[in-house]
Parts: sequence; structure tokens; C-alpha cells
Amino acid sequence: MKYLEMEHVKKTFDHLEVLKDISLSVEEGEVVSIIGPSGSGKSTLLRCATMLERIDGGSLSYLGERAAWEENGTCIYAPKSELKRIRKNYGLVFQSFHLFPHFSVLKNIMDAPVSVDHVPKAEALERAEKLLVQLGLEDKKDAYPYQLSGGQQQRVSIARALALQPRILFFDEPTSALDPELTGEVLKVIRELADAHMTMIIVTHEMQFARELSDRIIFMEGGVIRQQGTPEQLFGNPDERVREFIGKFQM
Amino acid sequence: MEFGQMVAQLGEGMIVTVEIFFLTLLFSLPLGLVISFGRMSRHVPLRMLTKIYISVMRGTPLMLQLIVVYFSPYYVFGMKISASYRFTAVILAFALNYAAYFAEIYRGGIESMPVGQYEAAQVLGYGRIQTFCRIILPQVVKRILPSITNETITLVKDTSLAFVLAVVEMFTAAKQIAAKDTTIMPLMAAGVFYYIFNLAVAAFMEYLEKKMSYYR
Repeated sequence: MKYLEMEHVKKTFDHLEVLKDISLSVEEGEVVSIIGPSGSGKSTLLRCATMLERIDGGSLSYLGERAAWEENGTCIYAPKSELKRIRKNYGLVFQSFHLFPHFSVLKNIMDAPVSVDHVPKAEALERAEKLLVQLGLEDKKDAYPYQLSGGQQQRVSIARALALQPRILFFDEPTSALDPELTGEVLKVIRELADAHMTMIIVTHEMQFARELSDRIIFMEGGVIRQQGTPEQLFGNPDERVREFIGKFQM
Repeated sequence: MEFGQMVAQLGEGMIVTVEIFFLTLLFSLPLGLVISFGRMSRHVPLRMLTKIYISVMRGTPLMLQLIVVYFSPYYVFGMKISASYRFTAVILAFALNYAAYFAEIYRGGIESMPVGQYEAAQVLGYGRIQTFCRIILPQVVKRILPSITNETITLVKDTSLAFVLAVVEMFTAAKQIAAKDTTIMPLMAAGVFYYIFNLAVAAFMEYLEKKMSYYR
């Protein structure tokens, strides 16, 4: 089943076309990495997919349900109540975590299930504690975000997203704000999620990681998808520009 | 006059001072938040209106505002002004004035919040009101507390302006005794009272700041 489908998506910021006719569909269980130079539109694509930005053209749907579409040349979004339901399909992990600093680790993870999804407290607590163990944070549940390392904070933010049990998890450069030492622990968590067949779309600069983990890699440049394919296809015989880009990272 | 007698007379004024102080905070703190919403509204006429309101309230003397609030029912609506309206007018004018200052403090706090907090909340499914009440406001309160302390301390001393509407708060009482007995003792006593009152205010605000220092 197609979990995410974006067709002919366009996005313009002040006459600057950041996304030019992007089409992307992601199947259940697929792990898709998006790579490309900065300014290529990777993050904007993710922000459009997660509805943090409005698209100016094309369509966006989750599990066959339309969130946005084009009608007579303008883009229309589904009514608020429907969007609210559609949003439950996905979670997003930010580059700089954006944890709630005034909530403890446990509350960061539990609060949305309880106050947004109205999950009974006991059940939300059980869920949160399971996630804490899964992500190796069981001794941090009463800590506050400022007391954690970047890697721990990012793992909490992954737990926070998972607590709502999304079908798709988006990652926006999840390790870019971390020093190399802490990158590993976050990548490990993402790898474990991939092994558990979580559907994921990951914007990343970690080439080796993307290569090992992804079912498909997308190379973006100048607001378009320049190349896409399996890691073998992309790393094996890419066009010159892709080779040049990947080469820079493998030095 | 006996010292005890003087304190007793000052005491009555003291109660009025404390009443003005608490009632003003009670009304102006929430009102300020509402005004700050108007000030940040996407609706341009509303935004301009609140901007003018804040500008006038901050740009004219509170003493004049007290007089305007007191006399406007008569001049604008032709209503008869009763003596009991004097105290109400004081509270009304103080609340309207302080709300303007608080509104700007709230606005500063709200606008200083990183956009990532809103985006994280949005993706997690929090509604607009939930986001504000659960995520934004608690953090804003922590950020603006030092500015609120400043305004609150100013308010303690501003209460003496109630004299223009012949509301006998402590400073008025002290002046009356001072004039009658030709001594500055009551004025000094009043000064000591304001100082102690403000020590208590500062201590309380510090306590609040400490309470909220469990996170950064």
C-alpha cells in the first residue's frame, strides 16, 4: 500500500522555486533516504510532506487519503478535521530536536498521546516506558532535556514521535546537530527501526548510513529529483553530478 | 499624636493600598494577555487598535488617566457619579494602564519563543489553544518573570496616585497626618512600609523564579 504519495509538488518562496514538480511515493515498510547538496530542496520537501509548509501545486496524500490537491490551478487542502486525522499517520524528527524543555523526558513522550489522542494515562505510561527501554533511556525518564546530551535528546524526540504510533516517520537531518561521537547512537536507533520495518523517509548527509539502510535513495538537486534508485544503482553507476556529490562525502 | 495612633491611621490607608495593588494585578495580568493577542493578531484593524491603545496608555500620565476614567461616565454618558465609584475608577484606570505594559511584556515573551516549539507541537497534533496553553505559555511565563517583577514593584509605588480621586490610600493618610501634626514621621513610616511591601513582592517573585528554574 502506498503510505505517502506526492505528485507534481511545487513550492515557491518569494519567486524562488524551491520544489519544481516533485513526485514521490513511498510504500509500506520502505526506507527512503533523500540526499543532495544544501539548498536542493530536501528539507522543504519534508516540510511540505509533513504540512509544516503549504504546497503551491500538485497533490499530497497519505494511505490513499488526499490531504492537498490542485483545483483550477490553485492548491486546496482538506478540511481541518480531516487534516487532523491525516496528520496522525506520520511523525517527524527534527534536526534540532525541539523537545519541550519544561517537560521531563517521560512527559515529553507521554503528553501528546494523553492530551492529543486521549490515550488513558496508564496505557500512555506503559507505552512510554517501553519506548524508553527500547531507546536505552530508562534511567533518564525524570531528567529534563537540558540535562541530556544531544544524542539522548534526539532519542527522546524519536520516542516522542513513536509514542503516537505513526505509520511513517520522517527524519530531517537527524544527526546534523550532533558531534560524530553521538551520531552513532542515533543511527543505531534508526537502524533498529528499519529492521522492524518502520516506514521511514530520511533526509541525511550520512552517505554510508543511507547506503546500508535504505531501500531507495533519492538524489535531489535544484528542486528536482535528479536520480533515484536502490543504493547499488545510485552508488554503483551514478551520473557524473551524483558521483561528484557522493565522492565529496566519501573522502 | 501617639506613635500607636499614627500607625493605626496609616494602617487603614495601608489596607486600601494593598487592595489597589492586588485588584490591579488580578485584572491587568489576564487583560494584558488578551491585549497582547490583539497586538499580534493577523487582523490589521485589531492590531492597529491595540497598538494605539498601548501607545496612549503608556504615553500619557496615569494620573490623567485616573481623572479621565473617573469623569468620563459623566461627560460621555451624562451619568451621575457616585462617591463609591471613586474606588472602582481607581481600579479600572490602574488595570487598563498596567494591562498595556503587561501586554508588551507578554508579546516580547511570546515572540521570543523559537518557532520549532510550535512546529513540534503541530506535528504531534496539538491544537492551537493546546499548543499555547501547554507548550508556549508556561515557557513564556518563565521568560517574562523578571520584567513582571519590575512592573509589579512600580505598581506598589504607583498606588499613591489614587489620591487624585480622593481615595485615601497610605500615602494620602501619611500626608494628612504629617500636615496636621507638622512632622515628617508619618511620611517616613509610609516609606518604610512601601519598602517592606516591595521586599515581600521581590521575595515572592524570586520564589516563583526559583520554582521555574528546574529547566532551562
